Order: sequence, then structure tokens, then C-alpha cells
Amino acid sequence: MSRHSWVVGVVFLATICIAQDQNPLANYPKAAKAGESEFRINCALCHGLGARGGGRGPDLTRAQKKHAHNDAEMFQIISNGIPGTAMPANGTNGQGVGMTDTEIWQIISYIRSQEVKASAKASGDSAHGKQLFFGDGNCSMCHMVDGKGGRLGPDLTGVGGSRTREALIDSIRNPSRRLAWGLTESTKEFPQEYETVTAVTHDGKQVKGVTLNEDSFTVQVMDSGEHIYLLEKNKLKSFQKSRESMMPKYDVEVLSDKEVDDIVAYLVSVGAK
Amino acid sequence: MRGVSTPAMIYRTLGLSVLSGCSRRSQRFKLYAVIFCALSTSQAQVTADRLLNSAKEPQNWLTYSGDYSGRRFSALDQIKIDNAHTIVAKWVYQTGATGKFETTPLVVDGILYASGPDNRAFALDARTGRPIWMYQRQVPPDIRPCCGRVNRGVAILGDKVFFGTLDAHVIALDAKTGAVRWDATAADYRTGHSFTVAPLAVKNLIIIGISGGEYGVRGFIDAYDADTGERKWRFYTVPGPGEPGHDTWESDSWKVGGAPAWNTGTYDPATNQIFWPTGNPAPSNRGEGRAGDNLYSNSLLALNADIGKLNWYFQFTKHDEHDWDATQVPILIDTNGKKLIAQADRNGYFYVIDRTNGKLISATPYGKTTWSDSKDSDGRPVANKTASPTLEGHTVCPGALGTTNYMPPAYDPQTELFYVTARDQCDIFSTAPQPYEAGHAFYGSAYFPSEEAKPYLGFLKAIDPATGEVKQKFQHTSPTWSGVLSTAGGLVFTGDAEGNFIAFDAASLKPQWHFQMGGAVYAGPMAYAVDGKEYVAIAAGSAIYAFGLP
Repeated sequence: MSRHSWVVGVVFLATICIAQDQNPLANYPKAAKAGESEFRINCALCHGLGARGGGRGPDLTRAQKKHAHNDAEMFQIISNGIPGTAMPANGTNGQGVGMTDTEIWQIISYIRSQEVKASAKASGDSAHGKQLFFGDGNCSMCHMVDGKGGRLGPDLTGVGGSRTREALIDSIRNPSRRLAWGLTESTKEFPQEYETVTAVTHDGKQVKGVTLNEDSFTVQVMDSGEHIYLLEKNKLKSFQKSRESMMPKYDVEVLSDKEVDDIVAYLVSVGAK
Repeated sequence: MRGVSTPAMIYRTLGLSVLSGCSRRSQRFKLYAVIFCALSTSQAQVTADRLLNSAKEPQNWLTYSGDYSGRRFSALDQIKIDNAHTIVAKWVYQTGATGKFETTPLVVDGILYASGPDNRAFALDARTGRPIWMYQRQVPPDIRPCCGRVNRGVAILGDKVFFGTLDAHVIALDAKTGAVRWDATAADYRTGHSFTVAPLAVKNLIIIGISGGEYGVRGFIDAYDADTGERKWRFYTVPGPGEPGHDTWESDSWKVGGAPAWNTGTYDPATNQIFWPTGNPAPSNRGEGRAGDNLYSNSLLALNADIGKLNWYFQFTKHDEHDWDATQVPILIDTNGKKLIAQADRNGYFYVIDRTNGKLISATPYGKTTWSDSKDSDGRPVANKTASPTLEGHTVCPGALGTTNYMPPAYDPQTELFYVTARDQCDIFSTAPQPYEAGHAFYGSAYFPSEEAKPYLGFLKAIDPATGEVKQKFQHTSPTWSGVLSTAGGLVFTGDAEGNFIAFDAASLKPQWHFQMGGAVYAGPMAYAVDGKEYVAIAAGSAIYAFGLP
């Protein structure tokens, strides 16, 4: 090996080492453009077109991310996923094509290009929102935050950090429009959702609740008293499923726009922790 | 350095140790030796004649779809409607693999051969699930399989087992030891070429099709000499300059035109033709830049088995922009003196074709479709102009995963019904232009499950090929990726996404029995018998399960 190639090798190695901490494409405007296509193909399903968040994935236009504090962490998360969440490791969702390192950096360039530097100030009063959540709003009858509240609906401790403000408002105003994702089974392509089940057992007892899980022969249901029923479908007198959420629709007569803003501000203040 | 192969891990069972001593001439055990040696000779000596006459040995499952017709029908009838409710699990074999397990095992004379994720192949005692040998080829870190590090099965011929690898090699293994007998490189995996398909053994040839439609490969179907590994022919599924069909591609788009061949075809010995389906043109979801019909993407090809010459073709979806690979197993059906071939296509239509000439007889939707409002003079559904993806995105049914996909269907000659796993799901198709770059994903579009279409529905459907009508259906809790088996016991078997293996009455599609296997099913079921006892087997999660009567 000649001295010249030695020098080239060291420089190359140094470049790789730097690349692990910083996006090697950070100064290439074309990288963000290329990353947009990759993002649409690989990420937009959950994070929405424009990275503004979808029904499943958080808004990535916020400068402050919950799991990634720099480019290197973002690279790791895209490569390896986030255990315990729906965020898969690169190439493991079974449908798409795994991305190369370069393509991941392109995506990071794109996400950075979409970020809104000044974080939108939550307009609501989070202290009042907390009062409503655990008080007159009755939210905590079914939802938990920080270990307090009910179990029938999804735990909302982290939701303010992973959903857009618009999505949170829509979920309060129109809970049936997009049912929340429930139990995430790694074996299933589409996890169970919070569908409403009404069943009548062989001895005539009516059970109404949300599905915790279901297959063709069994269903696991929680009712509003948080009782879990393990039912075999062929032993039921009747079994009906509905995509009408058990959560009541909070229209403006129940909660004003200001009150909804306050609750959302509370959820965002908790979720951003 | 590419293609480094690890030594085969060989587990010798007591049985094979006994067989290995057959050359000794011990007077005392001479009689035993004769019996064992006779057994060992018959084991895994799968002649081309045996493959042709597989109907004579229903206890064995000799090829991916059970026989050359592709009908995935077992003539075994010990397990039947009357006793299906008593079926029990007989054994489970854990591979330790991760990822989707798409294999259909073969069984020859009491030994089960299968492939698994990450370049695995193995042989088991089909009565107990105990391993005989296991082979795994090192997977290069930079392979680019489109949709998981999967494999759908092996082929067997003579004393060798054949399978294709994720790094685009075709490997012949010794059926008794798992040792590599030959290793042929078909293509460069770094450009997105891979094998996931179960090969088809015909005469002395191992026929296999390439994957890589999401990487802009130029698709092909290869035939290798089973003895030597020498490539005997290659049929490029995208015609080159001067070849018929080349003018169906805009400028140089043919070079990266896709049309892979990643599911196992069928064979008609009477005409010595193989029928092999092909996949999407590349980029898969963007037609701009590849104006034309894009032959022979999304087509059924009838090839002379000896030389790979094209006799006829039928293109299901011209100039596809929705990733509707036509890579479904085409099934040969002989009825009322007619020689037909039927394919439940990913684009949502069930096609019946005269296999003597490739002429379409009928095309009938068997699931939710919105892409075609008209048919051409041949009766082929034609895509609406409005079905193309747009930048803003709009909804088309079926979605990119299709009404069905690779999961193998079945045809039952007793009920005369075609059984297929089906899905109703619509997607929003939105363009995302990408330049071609070797070894990089080449989609040209994004697609998202359409919220309005929720919940996505999954079915087992029974189609009457005479009319195209869906006669019966069973709705799963969610869409499944399981294939279907039909048996002479009047049963149809399939698996579901929730991990159940289910036996249905083939006539009514009413469930008769089920078993929770604890892992989603992506594989095709099969049936075999050993010592006069019938088994039904399927892969689920990372294991193979075998079931039988108590």
C-alpha cells in the first residue's frame, strides 16, 4: 500500500467516524429532495405526507423529538426501530424495501428540512386542562395519565408527544372517525383497534365493551367496569362488532373550543416530558 | 468476497447411522441390511418419472404445489369431515429463525424437506419433527430482498434438494446430509437480484425465477442441469433489442424493466410446457418513462421446458402502475375435454385461459376492484385512465398488496372449486419519482391503506372456474397471507393472521376444527402420510407444525 493510499484511507475512515455523529449529507440540498421520495415510500404511512404526523406516528416537523436528540440518534431509530412502539426497524415491516445508509441520511436531511424551528406555542391553559381531564371532562374515567385514571381507553400519558394537536382535537370531537390502535401484536399486520363489541352469552348476559384482542374463534373484551371477558364465539347467543367508539362525542356543547384547547395543552405538557 | 458458504450443520439420527453401515457384510444382520439398504435407496431417489406420476404416491408431497398441475390437492382421505374435529398437533419443529416463514415443505418417503428464512434448508423425520440435517448459507449483510428474508420452498430430484438463496445463488444439497453438491451464481445480489421462489424440477432441469422487481432488475427464468448446476437456458422476461415485445418499452426503460418471476410455475407434460407467471414492471408504481404495455411483465408465460422458448403469453395487467405482480400459481384444470389454466390474479380478477393457445376464456372479479370499467376485444379488463397514481394520491381497489398475493391457492377436483385467500383493501396511490440507481429501491410511488376502506377484510373464497362466480366465502378476522390446501377428505385447510390453522368443509367453507399456533401464517399447507397415517403440515411463526388424528 503506497503512502498516498494510506492518507486517503485515513481520511476516509475519519469521514466514516464523523458520519456516525452527523449527517454526512447535511450540506447537500439535493439530499433532502431525494429524501422526500424515500420518506413518502417508507415513512409517510404513519408519519403523514410532509412529516406532519398521521394516525399512528408523531409529527416530525417539531424541532424537539421525543426519542431522537441528534442526527445520530435519529439514524439509530430509523435503523433499529423503537421497541414497544409501532416504529419498526428498517426493512422489517415485511412490505417495503430496507433502506441503505445513504437513503436513511437522505430521509434525515428531508425531516430536518421540514422542521418548524419555532415550536408552536400551545394555546391552552394546561393547568385548567388537567382539572377538566380528572374532573368535569370525565376523561380519566376511561383514560390514564401518569398512572391515574381508567383502563378502558388508551393510556394518554405519551399521546401529546406522539400526535399532532389537530389529531388530538379530532379524537375528542369525533372519536369514531379513527379508532385508536390497540394491542400491538408483532405477528399481526394490522393490530386490533378499539372496536365496540356487544355480545350476549349463552345464559343471556349482555356484555358491551372494547376488544382487547380477537380472532375468528375467540374475543377478549373489557367493559366499562374494567371487567375482562374471555369469550368463545361459538358459545355466544349473539356477537356484534361496531366501529362506533364507546367514547362519547365531545361536541361544543359538552366542551367548548377553549376547554378542548386546555385539555390538549395538558396532554402536550405531559407528553413532551 | 461474496457467497461464502458456511459448513452444513449435520445432525445424524440413529436411523441414518444404521443406514450408513449398509456396506458391511454381516451375516447375522444381512437380512436387516438388505431391508435398510433397500429403504435407503428408495429414500430421496426422486426420479423425473416419480414427479410425473406423483398421483400414484399420495403419501408424498414431491413438489411445491403437490403436483405439476399446481392444484395443491392431496388424495389422502384419512382425515375427513367426520373426524376433523379430533385433529391434534403431532409435532412442532422450531427453526429459531425470525421473519416471515413462507415455505411449503416437501415429504419424500418419511423425510420432510423445507427451506426457511435467512438461507436455511433442513430435513426432518416427518413422523416426529426430529432434525436429520440443517444447512444455512451465510447471508451477505448488503443483500436487498424486497419483502423479507424469505424462501418459499425447495425442489427435489434424484438424491438432491435444490433451493435459491437471497444472494441469487442456486444450490444443490445432498438430500441425505445437507452437504453442498453444487452452487451456481445466477446474478449479482448487489443489484437487487435474489431468489425467494421454490424451484420446479422438470425432467433433469431445475427451473427457477428471479426476484427484484422493486430494484429494477431485468427479470428472467433459468433452468439448471440437476446433475452439474450448468445453466441450460435463460428466458429474459423483458425482451432485448430485436426481440418481439421489445417495442413495448420506452427508450432504455427495458434495461431496468423488472418483470421478476418469483413464484413457482406449473408444468403440462402432455405439451412439455411450463407455465410461469411474472411480476410488476419497474418502477412498480410509476408508468412515466416506460410507456407501452411493458411485456412480459404481469404475464403468464408458456415456455418449452427443454429450451425455454416462448410459445405464448397472456398479460393480465398491461403497463401496471399498482404493483400488481401476476405471480400467483396458475392451476391446470381439465374439464369437459377442455385444457384450461386458471389464475386468481393480484389485480382482483379470476382468469380462465385455454392453455393450448393462451386465449382468454373469462375474467371475473372475485374481490373489490375499481380500476377497470371496460374490457378489450379479448375480454381482458382494461385499466381506467383515472386509475393511475397522482401526486396528491387517490384511492384504487385493490390496493398494492392485491386481492391475493403469492399465497398458493388450491383446486379440488371433487368440488370442482378453486380456493383462494383474498383481501379487500383499497390504497391511496401517490407518485414519488425516483431515479434508477443500481441496488436501490425503485418504486416510483408511495401507497397508503385508505382509511375509508377500513377495516381491511380477509377471506377464504371458493370460485367456480366454469362461471367465475364466488360460490362460498369465509371471512377471517383480518386478512391472511396463508395458502390453501384441499384434500380428498372433503376438507380445505388454511391459516390466519391470528395464528390459527383451520380445517373447513370444502363444500360449505364452515370451520370444522382449528388450532392456535401462536404465530401468523405466511405459508402454504400440505399433506403427507407415513406408516399409513395422514399428516397435514404448515409453517407458522418460526416453526413447522404437523397435525394428525389422535
